[in-house]
Amino acid sequence: MKPFLEVKDLSVAFPTPDGLVKAADGISFELNQGETLAIVGESGSGKSVTNLAIMGLHNRAKTQISGSVNINLPDRSIDVISSTEDEVRKLRGSAISMIFQDPMSSLHPYYSVGDQISEAWRIYNKGSKSDGIKRATEMIDLVGIPDAAKRVREFPHQFSGGMRQRVMIAMALVNNPKLIIADEPTTALDVTVQSQIIQLLRDMQKEFNMAILLVTHDLGVVAEVADRVCVMYAGKIVEQAKVDEIYYRPAQPYTVGLLQSIPRVDQLQGKRLNAIQGQPPSLINLPKGCSFAERCEFKKHVAGNLCTEVAPALEEKADQHFARCHLSAAQIQDLAMAAK
Amino acid sequence: MANILELENLSKYFTTTGGGAFSRRKGVVKAVDGVNLTVAEGETVGLVGESGCGKTTVGRTVIKLYEPTAGKIIFEGEDITKYSRSKMKPLRSKMQMIFQDPFASLNPRKTVGSIIQSAFDIHDVKPVGGSEKEIGNLLERVGLNPEHINRFPHEFSGGQRQRIGIARALALKPKLIVADEPVSALDVSIQAQVVNLLDDLQEELKLSYLFIAHDLSVVQHISDRVVVMYLGKVMEEATTQDLFTNPRHPYTKALLSAVPIPDPIIERKRERIILKGDLPSPMNPPSGCVFNTRCWKATDICRTTAPQVLQISPKHSLACHFPE
Repeated sequence: MKPFLEVKDLSVAFPTPDGLVKAADGISFELNQGETLAIVGESGSGKSVTNLAIMGLHNRAKTQISGSVNINLPDRSIDVISSTEDEVRKLRGSAISMIFQDPMSSLHPYYSVGDQISEAWRIYNKGSKSDGIKRATEMIDLVGIPDAAKRVREFPHQFSGGMRQRVMIAMALVNNPKLIIADEPTTALDVTVQSQIIQLLRDMQKEFNMAILLVTHDLGVVAEVADRVCVMYAGKIVEQAKVDEIYYRPAQPYTVGLLQSIPRVDQLQGKRLNAIQGQPPSLINLPKGCSFAERCEFKKHVAGNLCTEVAPALEEKADQHFARCHLSAAQIQDLAMAAK
Repeated sequence: MANILELENLSKYFTTTGGGAFSRRKGVVKAVDGVNLTVAEGETVGLVGESGCGKTTVGRTVIKLYEPTAGKIIFEGEDITKYSRSKMKPLRSKMQMIFQDPFASLNPRKTVGSIIQSAFDIHDVKPVGGSEKEIGNLLERVGLNPEHINRFPHEFSGGQRQRIGIARALALKPKLIVADEPVSALDVSIQAQVVNLLDDLQEELKLSYLFIAHDLSVVQHISDRVVVMYLGKVMEEATTQDLFTNPRHPYTKALLSAVPIPDPIIERKRERIILKGDLPSPMNPPSGCVFNTRCWKATDICRTTAPQVLQISPKHSLACHFPE
């Protein structure tokens, strides 16, 4: 069976007066039904740009997009990049939908949450307004908001942050999508509310066998929910593997650096954090070699100027474990142990 | 060690107009309600809690950006609670603040040099060797290039801007720094750099920090002692080691269990305490123990009577009827 989502060699670039910003470059991954893939990276690493391309939400006139994004439905297969706007619009809100980071600004303040949740359902099911409200009430109940019959008529400002995020989830799920793209869904929330929302997403995934594409910078959340992980840096995927591989056998110096730089709540450590020095390169003027070379601690173990001259390709370093680095996986693991 | 800062029963209430925009009915938000807290010289005290718990208000009241409603603020043995603006001014150089948002807290029209210079001007300080040299030293100290003294804030990245904010706070050689979420707006890899910088500066300059944050992992890393707040009140206070290995207040326990750990195997085995509902509105806090609406141990007494502070060991106290 074909995976539900196949992204192949996706590149997104924005022409600007200062030059071409290569926001995402040669992105490829697959995602199956019922699976959660996390995309991890810092601001500007290209994770949101990739997602917007999958949803077909870039302004085509102002963006250069290449590659393909295939959505394999049971009866047909659609490439989001080469299809017309109309075809892509029919996918959005039905087969694929999105949950945004900020529930404050993603809900319309003038419409009741019932109207907003039922809007997409009414478009696809040609239902009446009262049928829509009935469906919205079901959804509100499903996502764990108490007193659904009353809450359905209320407005976003009457909900707390966590409850608004539940409304966003209800809205995304109203047409039983096969794929949910969740862009930093819990970043704006407090930790106790974050764990409620993560639990809800997992329950929903189990119930409807959805694929989830989770974008986040929080490596704790990734460890909790992801099956597989893509680590992005400066517009490229630098490592891609199953979640345990990424955390216990990272094969790319940036991933190693990220994992070692975060303090952990379950480990008391008095010593300094292992920070990654410097900052990410500008996307307009990317270095010739490896984008991470300038900040890389392990570069000195590579012979000559290989790192600054030749960009490493995404290679399979172990079974289903891909990474971009001139060093071997074993070398990186030894160095990572030594750096700890 | 002597305490540089003592808060006794500190409260800060805000009045609001209730209901519509023209309503005269006044409501009261008890943002901070009877908080006791001390910071010793050279110590880092972490103040944690969820949004709306009053942690930022505590920080701002300490440096008297807000006038306290009740209670006392004692700084270096001096009761500064009732000090006027002019009486506060000389003290302000000893207590400085680092703000959360490095984009909003630097004036976009001023160069880095003049942003730091204004600290000298306001307090009429003439650094030895000239202010330009001193600013250069400060920039170098926080890991910036001293040649960038004439650049504007927009020419720097988020992490670098936060370093400018730190340089400004250090300019007057303060003793106490109130850091309000100093790293939460930064990317993970940059966060670690700034946390390390704060650590180094403390050691070098013998600073005391009141470190306000919601990220428990960062607080755990940087603090000597931690104070947990909920709806304006202190729930639990202990040394970092004690609080993180042996939390006794149900809220602290739930808070710790909610923090995801970057370790998939541990995460799969972990049993979470998932709290019901959201934070109640501080306009209308629950009666009795403020945490009772979300607490799994709450009984009738919790709904009617606020718990007294219980000192369970010299450095560990909590406010709960049924400690774990």
